[in-house]
Amino acid sequence: MKVAIVATLAALPVAIGFAYLLARTRFPGKTLLDAVLHLPLVLPPVVTGYVLLLLFGRKGPAGAWLYEHLGIVFSFRWTGAALAAAIMGFPLMLRAIRLSFESIDRRLEDAAGSLGANGLWTFALITLPLALPGVLAGAVLGFAKALGEFGATITFVSNIPGETQTIASAIYTYTQVPGADASAMRLMGVSIVIALGAVVLAEVLNQRMQRRIAVYER
Amino acid sequence: MSDEARVTMIEFDALLKRNGFALDAQFTSDDSLLALFGPSGSGKSTVLHLIAGLVRPDKGRISVGGRILVDTAQGIFVPKHKRRVGLVFQDAQLFPHMSVEQNLHFGSRFAQGGGRQIPFEAVVDTLQIAHLLARRTPALSGGEKQRVALGRALLAGSEILLLDEPLASLDDARKAEIVGLIARVRDEFAIPIVYVSHAASEVRKLAGCVVLLDGGRVIAQGPSDKILPDNR
Repeated sequence: MKVAIVATLAALPVAIGFAYLLARTRFPGKTLLDAVLHLPLVLPPVVTGYVLLLLFGRKGPAGAWLYEHLGIVFSFRWTGAALAAAIMGFPLMLRAIRLSFESIDRRLEDAAGSLGANGLWTFALITLPLALPGVLAGAVLGFAKALGEFGATITFVSNIPGETQTIASAIYTYTQVPGADASAMRLMGVSIVIALGAVVLAEVLNQRMQRRIAVYER
Repeated sequence: MSDEARVTMIEFDALLKRNGFALDAQFTSDDSLLALFGPSGSGKSTVLHLIAGLVRPDKGRISVGGRILVDTAQGIFVPKHKRRVGLVFQDAQLFPHMSVEQNLHFGSRFAQGGGRQIPFEAVVDTLQIAHLLARRTPALSGGEKQRVALGRALLAGSEILLLDEPLASLDDARKAEIVGLIARVRDEFAIPIVYVSHAASEVRKLAGCVVLLDGGRVIAQGPSDKILPDNR
């Protein structure tokens, strides 16, 4: 739970940034960047986890640097589980947020600009507030994904109770132990409720955004 | 008034090629109301977007009231948020998540100490929108939206109003009403206006100077009664 919350909060600003970049600008290599950002969605999660291990393990290039300069360790810690969950939830977040940015009439931003707002103010006062339902929907989806993440997490940070064990890996553990079916069932129920709630919430937010746009266009 | 009128209101000279469309237009005007008139696709809106800074010309020079906004030869390009031009779109483009009053105040926070300062009450009074202030903008009618959009542009410290077919989505009664308001705004606040339209009747009512555009070029310029076709 903590892992998924941290993962969502950490991934959200990054996803907003890339979503805006992809929705509003054109640059060479945009398609490639788009594809790379979506990789975690289509790669086997184990591959993502292994890539993370290679990069962010204590001996990996990024992991070694972070440990030496900032004292941050990802591998086999809960922070690593959060990183894996954030990466896996990221594409879902990105898609939802990007769509909501693209649905905003560009001329509203032009209007704000001609009224004296620079790019940053326009984003803060116009673009982001109008995209908010989509941003929240993306965050909720990313959170649900982060909560259920298994493959990348277990490859990157293993399954250490109290440190890197998530709901998904705990359920897996219970299913491997004779007589723990009841515990597995209980956690299963919890995860179904959370996932269902998240998707319903995302859909409600999405509909609210559609309605807002529809009213406005009339 | 008489001294002000002698300052060149607008000088425009721009070349722009984009997606198979070429704009190559030059004109200057001293009138307080300039109408850009021509069929759709003639480049009227592009001219307006060039003045507002939404589009960058390949080559050219644009100045408003003697202030240079673009000069490609000198490498000058004033960004749109520093131009103090009040752009009003055909469909108003009010901010849907703000009330009418918040929309009206939007520009004033950025206009501190710059541009033409017009009292809030005077704008609300002239445009007759006092009863709308607390309303949410998506619920307004087309004519109300246009009045609020005009007010929003006036209150942003704008030195010039750029109106992009502000009547196109209104019915005839509302059209007459908004044309009257545009004339009042011009006279009461002494603010120059560039008005884009493809309807001769609207332009004739507002008079002033007309620039006739077709195919991205200026084909005629002069007082409205000489330039406009007489067929209506």
